[in-house]
Amino acid sequence: MAVETGRSWQRHGTQRRIKRLLAALVATATVVGSWLWLELDLQYITSSPPELLDLAVRMYPPAWAYAPDIVMPLIETIHIAVVGTILAVMMSVPVAFLAARNTTPNDLTYALGKLIVTTSRSVHTIIWAMLFTVMFGPGAFAGMVAIAVRSIGFVGKLLGEEIEEISFDQVEAIKATGGSTFQVLLYGVIPQIKPALVGISIYRWDINVRGATILGVVGAGGIGVELFDAVDAFQWSNVAMILIAILGIVLLSEIVSARARAMTR
Amino acid sequence: MLETIDLRKVYPTGDEALTGVSTTVDGNEIVAMIGPSGAGKSTFIRCINRLTEPTDGEIRLDGSELTALGESEMKAARRNIGMVFQEYNLVERLTVMENVLSGRLGYVSNWAALRRKFPPEDVERAYDVLETVGLDGMENKRADELSGGQRQRVGIARAVVQEPKILLADEPTSSLDPESSHAVMELLADIAAEEDIPIIINIHEVPLAVEYADRILGLHDGELVFDGPTDGLDENAKDVIYRGADASETTNEAVAKTRTDNNAISEQAADKPTAAGD
Repeated sequence: MAVETGRSWQRHGTQRRIKRLLAALVATATVVGSWLWLELDLQYITSSPPELLDLAVRMYPPAWAYAPDIVMPLIETIHIAVVGTILAVMMSVPVAFLAARNTTPNDLTYALGKLIVTTSRSVHTIIWAMLFTVMFGPGAFAGMVAIAVRSIGFVGKLLGEEIEEISFDQVEAIKATGGSTFQVLLYGVIPQIKPALVGISIYRWDINVRGATILGVVGAGGIGVELFDAVDAFQWSNVAMILIAILGIVLLSEIVSARARAMTR
Repeated sequence: MLETIDLRKVYPTGDEALTGVSTTVDGNEIVAMIGPSGAGKSTFIRCINRLTEPTDGEIRLDGSELTALGESEMKAARRNIGMVFQEYNLVERLTVMENVLSGRLGYVSNWAALRRKFPPEDVERAYDVLETVGLDGMENKRADELSGGQRQRVGIARAVVQEPKILLADEPTSSLDPESSHAVMELLADIAAEEDIPIIINIHEVPLAVEYADRILGLHDGELVFDGPTDGLDENAKDVIYRGADASETTNEAVAKTRTDNNAISEQAADKPTAAGD
């Protein structure tokens, strides 16, 4: 039929198809190039099952007797996450107002807000922790500051997006009563973003508990210090115990976070 | 007394929403502003408390020139102007009492506002006003639990608790059913009498305007084409408001009437929350 009536249909025009073909070629070349550059040696894959088995044997049984020794570092880990998150939330609220198009005073403050968010987000917690252990010395304080600084960007960005979504009618009504700028934020904006603020904070706290477990790799406190000490000393059954403990608190924070966020509607 | 002199508004898009409106509102009169969609009714109301910045002209409230005020002086001046909105514009997640008391924000410190600590006389007044609008006992309900009619009553209470010198109502009945519309209009009329303040009401339902207003302002294409007592609003005047000045010469009364009615109906459909256009 199509031939008889001379009608034909193509999803893309010729030019478009050439472009798509080129894009596919570039993508393939990128993957192949990266692979070759890394000189990946596949023979390690064949030797990995015995290595894994060997590690498992050395880890088993976990050193249950070691458990009391890691209670304090575990508690410290959670505290780092809690204090770091609270600090971050307090600092990120003003940042969010700067980084939201509808509340930022001008282009310059908008750029500043975005700059803070991007800087905070583009550096990994561990790298922040390295910087702060140099500044403040090793320990939980450096870890907590690292957690806080990394979280400002996360909370500030999500909260800023939430502020951009609010109903401006409600804000305008408060403005019409003659309230100050601060009061307009307090009554017109904050109530609208409160559920999001609570939700985002708890979500970030959950991420930060996981983040805090690994701060010890650069000496910034928490359970990670014990973990890397045990690895360095080849105390594999202690390592197993620590990993079980970490899994435990991560699960716990996950549950607390899910429950708490379900309550904020 | 509110006075506008040659009030003009040109939007950045080039639309001239108001072409120079001069009028005076005084005493405790109820002034209904009618006109087709996009005639500039909302713009006029919003220019008075400068939620929309007028392009040209003067606005005087009890002698003080609002258009000349700086930003912080204007904030203080807004305390004297109560405003009621079409979509109520309550802060949905706050309680009824918090919404009503937000009408007193201009008189309390930021710190007191943060702690929801309002002076006892403000709280007393809020309770009184809630009673006036028929919402006594509802103070701890959240605004989003209320019906449309109840929400508009909270909106009115918030404006009245300001103890304003004038009340502005921007299409206060457009989101309500006919019964609630009448109740709200009645309430506004009572308030004008009781508080002894004038009220300007934007409204597109002409029968409602005629029923409750003492005076009608007719706006067509940003121009004030009718300003007079409600009795003076005859078919010819309606025709001028809704069809433009020259329409009356070419159409007879019967045709004019049906057109006016049609306009009122189609406007009801079209005049929903397109605030930007109006």
